[in-house]
Formats: sequence, C-alpha cells, structure tokens
Amino acid sequence: MSYARRALAVAWKDLAVERRSKETLNALVFFSLLLLFVFQFTLGGDRERLAAVLPGVLWLGFVLSALLALGRTFLVEREHDCWEGLLLAPGDKSAIYLGKLAGNLALMLVVEALVLGLFVVFFDIDLGRALPGLLVVVLLGTLGLAAVGTLFAAMTANVRARELLFPVLLLPVQIPVLLATVKATEALLLGEPLGAVGHWVKLLLAADVIYVVVSLLTFDVVLEA
Amino acid sequence: MSVEPVVRIIGVRKVFGLVAVLDSVSLDIRAGEAVALLGANGAGKTTLLKILATLLRPTRGAATIAGHDVARAPEAVRPLLGVVAHGAWVYDDLTARENLRFWATVGGLDAYADDLTVALAGVGLERVADARVRTFSAGMKRRLSLARVMLARPRVLLLDEPFAGLDQRARKWLEGRLEAMKAAGAALLMVTHSFGRELGIADRLAVLAGGRIALDTARGTLGPDDVQRLYAAHAEESA
Repeated sequence: MSYARRALAVAWKDLAVERRSKETLNALVFFSLLLLFVFQFTLGGDRERLAAVLPGVLWLGFVLSALLALGRTFLVEREHDCWEGLLLAPGDKSAIYLGKLAGNLALMLVVEALVLGLFVVFFDIDLGRALPGLLVVVLLGTLGLAAVGTLFAAMTANVRARELLFPVLLLPVQIPVLLATVKATEALLLGEPLGAVGHWVKLLLAADVIYVVVSLLTFDVVLEA
Repeated sequence: MSVEPVVRIIGVRKVFGLVAVLDSVSLDIRAGEAVALLGANGAGKTTLLKILATLLRPTRGAATIAGHDVARAPEAVRPLLGVVAHGAWVYDDLTARENLRFWATVGGLDAYADDLTVALAGVGLERVADARVRTFSAGMKRRLSLARVMLARPRVLLLDEPFAGLDQRARKWLEGRLEAMKAAGAALLMVTHSFGRELGIADRLAVLAGGRIALDTARGTLGPDDVQRLYAAHAEESA
C-alpha cells in the first residue's frame, strides 16, 4: 500500500508542478506547432505523397516531443535540489520510477492528442474508422517510449553531455517500438482493421512488458550509481 | 545522555581521483548530543556529511548509525536520518503543505492533515501553509526544510550550514528548534563556518583539517573568541 502511495505521490507531484508552471507543456506545444508548419510546407497538398509519409511524420513528431519531455524528467529534481531527497527516501526506489513513468505518460499523451488533432486539421485527414486502432497503437508506443526514456533520463541526469547522450542511448533501444508503431499506423491509416496489424501490436506489447520490467528491476541501481 | 554512540565514524578515508579529501577521520556522537564540525573550505566537511547520509561510500574505514553500516546497509540507516542540506528540498510550484505531504508520503510516513498543520505551526509557517513556496524567502524555505525533518522525528540530524542565509531572528529561532530536537534525544552533527552564538547549541566542537579531526573538545565555557583561536591554531597546524 505504501509502495502505491509513494508512486502516486511522485506522479501527482510531477503533474501538479507541470500544471502550475507549464514549463514543459508550453515548450512542447510550440515545438509541435513548429514541426507541423515545417511538414506542411515540405509536403504541400500532394495526397499520394502525404499518404506514404504521414505515419513516419506523425511518429517523428511524437518521438521528438517525447525526447524533449523525457529529457527533463529528473532535471526538475536537480533544479529544485531535490535529487538527494529522493535518493534518501527509504523503501523500494522503483515506486519513484513508476510515479515518474505515470507522470511522463500523462504529459506525453496530452501532447500527442494535441499533435494528432492538429495533424487532422493541417493535412485534412479523415481518421474515421482508424481512430480506435490508432489510439491503441499510440498508447502502447508511448508506453514503450516513456518506459525506457524515464530510466535513461535518470541515468543521464548527472552527466554533463546529457542532452546529447540521452537521445543517443534512447533511440537505438526504441527500434522495435518505432518499427511496430510506424508500420501499424500506416496500415490503420490505409483502412485496415486492428486485427490485421495484430503482429505489430503483439510486438509492442512484448516490448512494453520487457521495458517496464527491466526498468523496475534496474532503477534502484541506476539511481544509486 | 546515553553512553553508547549513535553515530560512529572509524578511520574513514575518502579519495576522489588522486586527492584524499578525508584521511583517517574518527568521531562519535551520542544521543542528545550536538557536535559542531568546523573546517576551512575544501576540508571535507560536506564529504563526511554525505558519507553519513549514505550518499557517498567511504574508500576505507566505516561509519555506523545506530549500529548499521552506512555503506553496507543504507536502507536501514535512511529512516533514522534527517538531513538539512545546502538546498532546501522544496518544489517552488507546490504549497508548503503540499511539499510536506509529498516528502512525508515518499518517506513512508503516515502524515495526516493535523500532523502537517502541527509541523508547519512548529516552524511558524501556519499562516502561509497554502501559499506557493515560490513566494517564500530563503529563511522561510529553510524553516520548511526543518518542518520536513521534524515531521520524521529522526534519531540523527545532519545539518550542512544550517544558519547560512538566515537573519538574526531566524538564527535565534533555529537555535531553539535544534535545542528542542536535541532535548528529545536526537544526535546532531552540524557543519558550520560560524563562530557566533549559534555554536551555543553544540556540546562538542570538532575541527576537520588535513583530512583528519585535528581537534575534538567539549565546548564547555568556550566563548566565540576562544573557539576562533582554537580553530585557527588547529586548522592551520594541520593544513
């Protein structure tokens, strides 16, 4: 019970601080808008070209905004001199990881919902029947990104070149997630049902389980290192 | 005052790269006793505090708190500690009450609303309990930090420059609070540069110089001038 309370306290704290300061959210919204403008100018109104690149472009937007959001996960603790406080908290440190993961997931999903909505408007896309399946893929893909991103953010929080090191470490590990999400999104946007991309969904599920379990088991070591 | 020390530091050495910051430091602190640790910049005071706080591992030697080795059993040591570090460990965008509730929950304490109110009243912050910490002065943040520590009722209190940045009134107030915690049986280790009246709460003075405890003496009736003279003699001799 104490474990769940500690995880919830960390998630609540992160979301409350973000809701009041809006530091990360404002940056992410602005960044996403900028990306959309660039994509719109580059791709223009060519529907065929758009259909071919849209899944990749959509996930590129998600991944880039995730890199910005996840990279700040533990910087908040450093900026407030609270890193040592978390380190000295008695009990299983994986509760802190779970709380941070929940906070990151909530923030990323808010930004992704906004980006997806803007994509629909900017590129005049009819998501229609694809939407339920797309939500499943986005949720699973985001969990995979956030799971490893939260762990690596803790790992690089005390490193001088963290802005460089964080994406260099994160992106290679995310190849299964990126492959599955882009392929599944492509098929769903072409009108295929969720059942047709079952193998990609299974890959995402497996990657998520592995990432979350490994992160839970190793977070204590990462934090103490 | 109990005889058995709560804090034991035995021959602790800490090396960073090729530099030995602490050479062979030994020190005991008993329950209800306060030790002021003096030393020049870079003498290793904060390093010693971090070793006791389980944030750094000694290169050699051992330190125990209530019989638990700080390097081998940090999880047994942490619930016994209260740490007031350089930073106040507060989130500017949370209120004072929210900050306390957060640290209590993360620390595994069952802190009810009444406990939080009492702790905030204890440090004179009850009127601003629901104001965001962003609006607080450095002294108020320091008080909130102390409320966090008082809520946990630690057996050992580690304080790094607790009087830094406080005005005379706040210093006097903090002195009173630390005396109360000492009277309740807590062992205090206080790192300080100050030779002023705040040393009055210390039962013993220890001077860290040249990586060793150069002086460990009862404060007794030593006045600020005596302390300064002793400090200068031992710190310079060992440096």
